[in-house]
Amino acid sequence: MSGVRVLVGTRKGAFILTSDGKRAKWDVSGPHFAGWELYHIKGSPADPNRLYASQTSGWFGQIIQRSEDGGKTWHQPGTPPGEPAPGPGDMPKGDSNKFAYDISEKTGKPLTTHQFYDGKQHPWEFKRVWHLEPSLTDPDTVYAGVEDAALFRSTDGGKSWHELAGLRGHGTGPMWQPGAGGMCLHTIVLDPGNPQRIFVAISAAGAFRSDDAGKNWRPINRGLKSPYIPNPEAEVGHCVHRIALHPSRPNVLFMQKHWDVMRTDNAGDSWTEVSGNLPTDFGFVIDVHAHEPETVYVVPIKSDGEHFPLDGQLRVYRSRTGGNEWEALTKGLPQSDCYVNVLRDAMAVDSLDKCGIYFGTTGGQVYASADAGDNWAAIVRDLPAVLSVEVQTLP
Amino acid sequence: MIRVVLPPHLRGLARISGEVQLEIAGRPTVRSVVDALEAQYPMLHGTIRDHVTQQRRPFLRFFACEEDLSQESPDAPLPDAVVSGKEPLLIVGAIAGG
Repeated sequence: MSGVRVLVGTRKGAFILTSDGKRAKWDVSGPHFAGWELYHIKGSPADPNRLYASQTSGWFGQIIQRSEDGGKTWHQPGTPPGEPAPGPGDMPKGDSNKFAYDISEKTGKPLTTHQFYDGKQHPWEFKRVWHLEPSLTDPDTVYAGVEDAALFRSTDGGKSWHELAGLRGHGTGPMWQPGAGGMCLHTIVLDPGNPQRIFVAISAAGAFRSDDAGKNWRPINRGLKSPYIPNPEAEVGHCVHRIALHPSRPNVLFMQKHWDVMRTDNAGDSWTEVSGNLPTDFGFVIDVHAHEPETVYVVPIKSDGEHFPLDGQLRVYRSRTGGNEWEALTKGLPQSDCYVNVLRDAMAVDSLDKCGIYFGTTGGQVYASADAGDNWAAIVRDLPAVLSVEVQTLP
Repeated sequence: MIRVVLPPHLRGLARISGEVQLEIAGRPTVRSVVDALEAQYPMLHGTIRDHVTQQRRPFLRFFACEEDLSQESPDAPLPDAVVSGKEPLLIVGAIAGG
């Protein structure tokens, strides 16, 4: 029978939850990397036992971890435990943790400042990896979205990282500014039908697209309206929280913006609002049903100042019409006195039939529905605050 | 023999318990000790000093003999008691929170 592995990143470690295809009973392993922030863990679609994890700390910086056995054991790429130190001329160990911005004339141009909270220009400073996106076809190729916002790629299994500097260097970089969570590149979406096409999203800059495998980039924010910035329809400056697509229709993207739920049918060339009857259109997560490209999920959050559900009721909203018409999904979710948040990387879907939907909260619960959202149950609770949730459907 | 005490997170990362003992050629300094530490435990690269600038990470401090060495030049000689192994070099994470 097929199974499911849920990869959970939290403020104080990683947890791995496994179940068979019924998704009724769950085993929990962890904490892995106890005491560290695990911003994101994701498996390679080409080799599901190859996992990448972003382990980070305000004290000790960034660590990249890799597993070859589905999360049972981990090592830093290029630095297996017990291996002797490198000799002269060897590649230095520990490079898997090194994210150096490209400021060369040829590629980085050199781009060294962005807009800060006070409107002044501020140097780019690496802080952490928010999101790791393994290649759809090559287990050794993986992309990293970092704070301060930039996109890096490794083609050697995470041993070394190189910036795709055309993103920062395409021209709008000096106008990007940090959101409340920092200036982070938090979303990387690879087009399954076109290996040359990559989408990314940055808070607070917006969405961007490359059609040449990451060399050149352009903003794709036409149609976004953000009344809280000086020009609400500016080319960049929008606080995009998350974008998602269905693999069968990669030109259709759904976006949870700071406020507003949006969709595009032309790969981001233009966006239209599909918030419809949502009780509030603020939120962080958005995802698409594995088998129904027009079925979309969001978790509305009250406001940017009050990061919790409306009226203390945790409700997932589902649209079966690609937006505008939304229904509340509440069975099994707390409907009183619930004041958690659901962060932008903390929702995922499996590809079983029926489609499973998963999300984690800042209160430490991971909720799952094995029937596309009709019924929910906490598959683990009382973890540290959940930062990210990814799901692997295993054969 | 130089003795180094790491904070718990870094001991976990390096998969060690207790103090680290390092042989340093020449007059030991903070720089040469951290160089030797990273050579012996390469997974610690970037966790004590920034990968690019090689500056001490802002929330880490170096102490020895009840003195804060964090603001000293990384090339300043370490105290005799550290060089002799009588006292350890302490790498300490700043306390934050309440």
